[in-house]
Amino acid sequence: MTMLDTADLKGSADRVMARKRLVGFGLPALVLAYLTYVFFAFGVPELIQKASGTNAHALVADTYSHKVHVTRDNRSGDVRVAIEGENKGAYPNGEAPDWVSLGEETVIDLGDGHIITYLPENNGVTYDVPGYGLMTFEVSRSQGVFQNYPTEELPDWISASKNRVAITTEAGRLSVTRNRTEVFRYFVGWELFFFTLDSPYHGMSFGEVVGRAVNGEAGTIAHDFWNNAMWRHGDVAWAIFETILMAFLGTMGGAIVALPLAFLAARNFAPLVAVRMATRRLFDFIRGVDALIWTIILSRAFGLGPLTGALAILITDTGTFGKLFSEALENVDKKQIEGVQSTGAKPLQRYRFGVIPQITPVLISQILYFLESNTRSATVIGAITGGGIGLLLTQAIITQKDWEEVSYYILLIIVMVVFMDWLSGLLRRKLIKGDDGGH
Amino acid sequence: MAETTASPRDLGGIHDDYMALTRQKRLYSLVLLIIFIALMVAGFSVAGGRNAGSFWGGIDNFFDYPSELVIEASGKLSEFPDHFVTFFPALIETVNIAAAATLLGALAAIFLSLLSTRGMARFPMLIPVFRRIMDISRAIPEIVVALVLIFILGGGPVPAMIAIAIHTAGALGKLFSEVNENADLKPVDGLASVGATWGQKMFLGVVPQVAPNWLSYALLRFEINVRASAILGFVGAGGLGYELKNAISWGQGRYDEAAAIFLLLFLTIVVIDQTSSHYRDRLTHGSKSERR
Repeated sequence: MTMLDTADLKGSADRVMARKRLVGFGLPALVLAYLTYVFFAFGVPELIQKASGTNAHALVADTYSHKVHVTRDNRSGDVRVAIEGENKGAYPNGEAPDWVSLGEETVIDLGDGHIITYLPENNGVTYDVPGYGLMTFEVSRSQGVFQNYPTEELPDWISASKNRVAITTEAGRLSVTRNRTEVFRYFVGWELFFFTLDSPYHGMSFGEVVGRAVNGEAGTIAHDFWNNAMWRHGDVAWAIFETILMAFLGTMGGAIVALPLAFLAARNFAPLVAVRMATRRLFDFIRGVDALIWTIILSRAFGLGPLTGALAILITDTGTFGKLFSEALENVDKKQIEGVQSTGAKPLQRYRFGVIPQITPVLISQILYFLESNTRSATVIGAITGGGIGLLLTQAIITQKDWEEVSYYILLIIVMVVFMDWLSGLLRRKLIKGDDGGH
Repeated sequence: MAETTASPRDLGGIHDDYMALTRQKRLYSLVLLIIFIALMVAGFSVAGGRNAGSFWGGIDNFFDYPSELVIEASGKLSEFPDHFVTFFPALIETVNIAAAATLLGALAAIFLSLLSTRGMARFPMLIPVFRRIMDISRAIPEIVVALVLIFILGGGPVPAMIAIAIHTAGALGKLFSEVNENADLKPVDGLASVGATWGQKMFLGVVPQVAPNWLSYALLRFEINVRASAILGFVGAGGLGYELKNAISWGQGRYDEAAAIFLLLFLTIVVIDQTSSHYRDRLTHGSKSERR
């Protein structure tokens, strides 16, 4: 080997290394530059300032706890105890949980020595905070809230103005305005998840309920649980079913429509180039229009509801399945078809015994994969077309009140998707022998 | 030793058995088919019963809305360039949401997949943990995260981006780890023998082998994410979907705007699909020829 050769080799090796180095540093730099651009294009700095800490706090707190409102109407003097302040969670008149004693004076024990008393005269309220002292308030409907604190300087957990006072301690919250005085006490757990207050089974232990169920009350117990006004278990179960139904009908319907069309788009089955091209462009068009646009067009024609969602999935999947199936058809082995043909089979029999058995595993595997992924799509499409659990979720979020329901729905959606994932994997393994589930 | 030749009478028995089995198999197939058809029919009638409008009532109107759009829009064709200019920023936002989410999700997926592949994991004990993380982030539909984040952060592209990125991390993580499992571990061993750190082993030993396949999957995800970002826009996350929702709610008289957005969305999706499938083709075929 001459010197010239090695110099050449070194030169080319240097060039390769230089290019690699350029890619090695250039690519991350490019990604970083793009992300920086997006960071400012999306206005992330302002977003961080705007982000609502109280909303986040309410969301997190509501997911694991609930609050009970003790409200006095300062006009009439009526005291009402209600879980989450809702009518369906209200205690009957004259009844209250054991930490509230109703009477001439209403005494609310928030625990740890925090005592709030609603006084009968002048809409007065006292709040005894251990380690701070006794605060007294009087409400005049014309002049606002008169306030009396044990210290000159107010601690930061009290926010006071002429017409309203809001106190937040670790035991609960007190809010006094001209119209009403309200105490919130927080409890861990979801309220009334099994039975609402009007059900005789509320507050019973699990064993007791089981005992009653064995004694022939199972029907009423199931009825009370199923029709729980707070959590609406029946409606929620129906919504989940509706979502899965949309995914099932859409996926299967799409596959049924796409299979015959796929033959027209496969090179080895469609004799005419024009037919093949037209079918392929049709598939491309359907996929290009996209689920969102199909959903909008369909909801104009069919109105809101699960059928619209199912049809939207069906149409979108026809495009995708058509493409996948035709690719599978192009990969079939000619020999098996010829073998069937050599026995004198007619064209339809050739397809049935020569082609279908070859593509069945691909078909089933794709259909099951899409069934799982469409469960997720059905949640989103349901939010737009007004069907299924997606609708319940958006409604619960829009009201911005019942975050425990939101977290309940989220939990259910995740369980549903994981279940469908598991089911489709199980069916895939059962139906396609030789598939080890590795892909 | 067993008899190797069967008498004619035995052959007849075998034939009968075979036919009986075939009949049974056919019967099972028929029953399954009937159950399947019954499920489909029952399902459609249940779904139809819960729908605001019926199937047969709506099928005639299927083309009403599109044709109204087309008729009204074709009368205002001259305004289309203006609309395209107006909605172009929204289009860019939708694509940006998808691109940034794919990038962030893919980066997360790279780490998750490396950490959950046997033979490559930094902490082999934690492989199941990382796998569960991927499973859960894949299971959460984008709309759930997006809606919750819209509540906390306010409307805009960031909630959608984060939501799509989370789902992408899970979905790509699973695909990436399948790619990783097929990678040759010899370069990793070689690097380990000269004292390379985990990062060096992965970056120099694994990434060059799997990068083309990763890239191909990431491109496919990008196509999916563009659609997802349009849909999330519709529920309040900005971009083209949001503009579309507004344009639709204005109703008749403003159909030209809706049509323009439909067209923009359609073209974007087709262009991105075609470009990405072209590059994916090159990536997979390129890697095949290298292997051979």
